[in-house]
Amino acid sequence: MNKITVKHAFITSLPVMAGYIVLGMGFGLLLNAKGYSFWWAILMSVTIYGGSMQYVGVNLLAEGASVLSTALMTLMVNARHLFYGISMIENYRDMGWRKGYAIFGLTDETYSLVCGNPKLPEGVDRRNFNFLLTLMNQSYWILGGFLGALLGNVFPFSTKGVDFSMTALFVIIFVEQWEKSRQHLPAVLGLVVSLICRLLFGADRFLIPAMIGISCGLFLFQKKLDGEEQKS
Amino acid sequence: MIHTGQSLVIIAVMAVGTMVLRFLPFVLFSRNTPKWVLYLGKVLPYSIIAMLVVYCLKDIHPGKAYYGIPELIAVLFVVLLHKWKHNTLLSILGGTVCYMVLVQAVFV
Repeated sequence: MNKITVKHAFITSLPVMAGYIVLGMGFGLLLNAKGYSFWWAILMSVTIYGGSMQYVGVNLLAEGASVLSTALMTLMVNARHLFYGISMIENYRDMGWRKGYAIFGLTDETYSLVCGNPKLPEGVDRRNFNFLLTLMNQSYWILGGFLGALLGNVFPFSTKGVDFSMTALFVIIFVEQWEKSRQHLPAVLGLVVSLICRLLFGADRFLIPAMIGISCGLFLFQKKLDGEEQKS
Repeated sequence: MIHTGQSLVIIAVMAVGTMVLRFLPFVLFSRNTPKWVLYLGKVLPYSIIAMLVVYCLKDIHPGKAYYGIPELIAVLFVVLLHKWKHNTLLSILGGTVCYMVLVQAVFV
């Protein structure tokens, strides 16, 4: 792995670093409050590696959820990952031995960083870049969970609102995608359908209807969008 | 705290469930990728990032104070800051500090 690739992966991962460490600590803190040591936090961050899932997981553990309800909850909370896979099939096609891990670690944030960097600088190997970015992000996440469970809340100030850093990351990538593409229909469609579904189905149930709605919308406009794609 | 064994089972189910969702598209479509999957793969990233923005803001209640006002201000701030400087780290830091001040000092 050449230096440029490692350096570029690290720089790209920086926006996620702070967010993952802080959110990871929040997770570790909650888990520890339910009586689980930092080993459990590490175990969960290594094997599950999903932000919202692990937060939900704390409650599932606390109430001693059944296998069935845990499985259903996991499918509901993480169904959006099906979409990430579909849009990474081409990008991850030739990744060789790195592929398994890159797919395993395809979180919201890693996905959006890969999407947000469609063109890499000269000399950066895409396969190694994707792999390293995934690995670095997961390290931050594990570190955060470990620290949170071990130390508790070490900040001398209130961290309320700090989770906005992830929202900011997605907003920034939205802006960049908007600037780089001439066709804004997919972005607008995603925004409008998600908003409508959020209002109709509520905060905890809107993702799956939104995913179905977005797919239908995209197929409806396929002729128009595919045509544009070939022209550009 | 529930038994260690039961905790391990719950964690294992979450891990396997998440993995299934992440691997499924690749397992199904990596070989002989259908045209509609290629098409979705090209246009989906734009829609998904928009969906993720809404997902992050999902807990805003339209009928409950403060009606998502701090969130909207902070999002707008991030957009403007990013349009101005195009510096990802600066935009994230600025937006997060802006939001933290809003929810800790202004909209309390």
